Amino acid sequence: MSITNILLVDDEISFIETVAKRLNKRDFNVSIASGGQEALDFLASHMTIDVVILDVKMPGLDGIAVLQEIKKHYPLIQVIMLTGHATVESAIEGMKKGAFDYLMKPCAIDTLIAKVNEAFNAKKHHEEKIHNARIKEIGQSIESSRDIINSLT
Amino acid sequence: MDNNQKAKHYRALERKIRDSIILMSFIPMVLISVLILYQFYYSYQKKVIAHLEELILKHKQSIDSFLIEKLADIRFLSNTCGIMELSDEIILQSRLVSFQTDYDNVFVDIGVVDANGVQIAYAGPFKLGKAAYTNAKWFQKVKKDGYVISDVFLGLRGLPHFIVAVKVSSEPNSWIIRATIDFVKFNTLVHNIHIGETGFAFILNKEGECQTQFITQDIERQMVFYNNGFHRLPDNRVNIFQKKNASGVDYIYVTALLKNGDWMLVYQQQTSDALYELHHAIKLTVMLLILCAVVVIVITYRISKSIVHLIQKSDHEKQQMNLKVVETGKLASVGQLASGVAHEINNPVAIMVEEAGWIMDLLEDDSSINNENREEFKRALEQIRKQGNRCKQITHKLLSFARKSDAVMEDVHINSLIEEVVTLTAQRARYSKVQIDMKLMPNIPLMKLSPSEMQQILLNLINNALDAMDKDGGIITISSRFNSNDNFIEIDVQDNGQGIPESNIEHIFDPFFTTKPVGKGTGLGLSICYGIIQKMGGEIEVQSVLNDGTCFRIKFPVNY
Repeated sequence: MSITNILLVDDEISFIETVAKRLNKRDFNVSIASGGQEALDFLASHMTIDVVILDVKMPGLDGIAVLQEIKKHYPLIQVIMLTGHATVESAIEGMKKGAFDYLMKPCAIDTLIAKVNEAFNAKKHHEEKIHNARIKEIGQSIESSRDIINSLT
Repeated sequence: MDNNQKAKHYRALERKIRDSIILMSFIPMVLISVLILYQFYYSYQKKVIAHLEELILKHKQSIDSFLIEKLADIRFLSNTCGIMELSDEIILQSRLVSFQTDYDNVFVDIGVVDANGVQIAYAGPFKLGKAAYTNAKWFQKVKKDGYVISDVFLGLRGLPHFIVAVKVSSEPNSWIIRATIDFVKFNTLVHNIHIGETGFAFILNKEGECQTQFITQDIERQMVFYNNGFHRLPDNRVNIFQKKNASGVDYIYVTALLKNGDWMLVYQQQTSDALYELHHAIKLTVMLLILCAVVVIVITYRISKSIVHLIQKSDHEKQQMNLKVVETGKLASVGQLASGVAHEINNPVAIMVEEAGWIMDLLEDDSSINNENREEFKRALEQIRKQGNRCKQITHKLLSFARKSDAVMEDVHINSLIEEVVTLTAQRARYSKVQIDMKLMPNIPLMKLSPSEMQQILLNLINNALDAMDKDGGIITISSRFNSNDNFIEIDVQDNGQGIPESNIEHIFDPFFTTKPVGKGTGLGLSICYGIIQKMGGEIEVQSVLNDGTCFRIKFPVNY
């Protein structure tokens, strides 16, 4: 069972620090960023992130903008929107733009973990499909090149 | 303004209205009445006086003619019959009789008197034969002037009478033919001038002696009183003036000279009597005026009272409306405040809950803490988590309560929405042994509303119903219909649960009012529903019977 790499993004530092501690204890590999730009910079330098937990309302680059950037540059990364704002509308908007799901703050740790696992599994599933498609493509190209060689010889 | 001030203000307003209406009606009323009465008074008075003048003039003329006529009769007699004839008493008597028949018994007697004043012939009822008139005033006058109409006197007969006499000259002697005029008949001429209650006439001579009978003693004899009437006027004019008599009563006096200035005809009438009609009219008008004034005042009182009452009512309504506006404003700002607070609170609460959770995590690993403390830690931390959750529920509900209409409006088939919601709650209903029935009227018109808000309302009502029947199960009936009379769509959510006690019914829409145990309900559900429904322009009503069931009815106007 591979370890899930999580990036927590929220401007409330105390919040993400505590949640990171708790998730780390449960064998997740958690990194934190306190703002949208910081998160994007981190993602640029760390390719291993699987799931991003993203607060919707942040000063500077807000959640939706960060989400769009992530989906643009790292489409495979799953994003879970975290909203303390209780405007379900903005979280739903996020989902329309590609977020995996949303959670409302404050949320129970178990709910969060369940959602992260879901997102991780979805990512893994997605990657598997790509992997399979790649293999199929390679297989097909080997076959076609063998055919060419056969026809030539 | 407190109540006292308010009451004073309204009373003052009432007074102002009342006074100005009264003034406005009185001033013209009074002005016109006074003006007209004034005019009327003077013209009437003038008419009365003119009338009296005419009257007395006419009477003066008729009395004068009477006297002249009688004199002429005697003269005629003297011209047609010689003294010799007349000295014969039998002839004289027959002459008297014919006079009396011809002239309606005006002549009482006739006599022939010689130059010395001795009556040589007499015809009449009295025994006056051979009477001597030598010293009588009239005799001396007729001897001098040739004719006379005497004043009224008692004479030899002892009765009031007056004499008409002419001198007949039969050279070298002269004779006097004398006749007595019936005083009573003469009196009636004057007496007939009787107007009103106090108007009557009499004749005075230059000495102030009354020549006629009079009814009251209440007359002035002094000539001075009559402005020396004998000297003032030419013969044919009538003098009229107003004066107070000896008792101080105001009288109108009309005087005219008779008999070539020897006599004065006096007519007197109390001014108040002469002007009786006028005074009566004035009295009537004044009474009418007062009556009108009273009526105006009474009506004005009523009118001003009802006007002020109306003003009061509309002021009150305006105040209520203002209060409502303020309330709504307050509510809006409270909403904003609530939204801000809720949002701000969410983050600290989240942090608290996470920290407590972290402690709990660490506790799992730490075996150094004894069991007792461990259990206590666990319990306490669990409590923190629970309360944090409660905060979350409250803030989330608050935020949705305060949310402005960023909910998307769509044309919605209400029946399909109801069915959706019933599906959502189907599992919980089954679990609570509750059956949900739907009686939905087909072809209800589309409604423009936010489906999420409507869903929220329906969910809330159904959940409440489920809570009410949690232990024993029951039936929830949801019905919908379109009321075409007032263009309202009605949705009923009826349960047969424990019902709502009457003391609670008026509070169920209050925020934070709940009968559920702590932690189970926030008391916000129905107040949020109420707010949403109000915003949509609808109404929500509740009817409940204890142990029988409750029915919530929501009505929405269909907007096109």
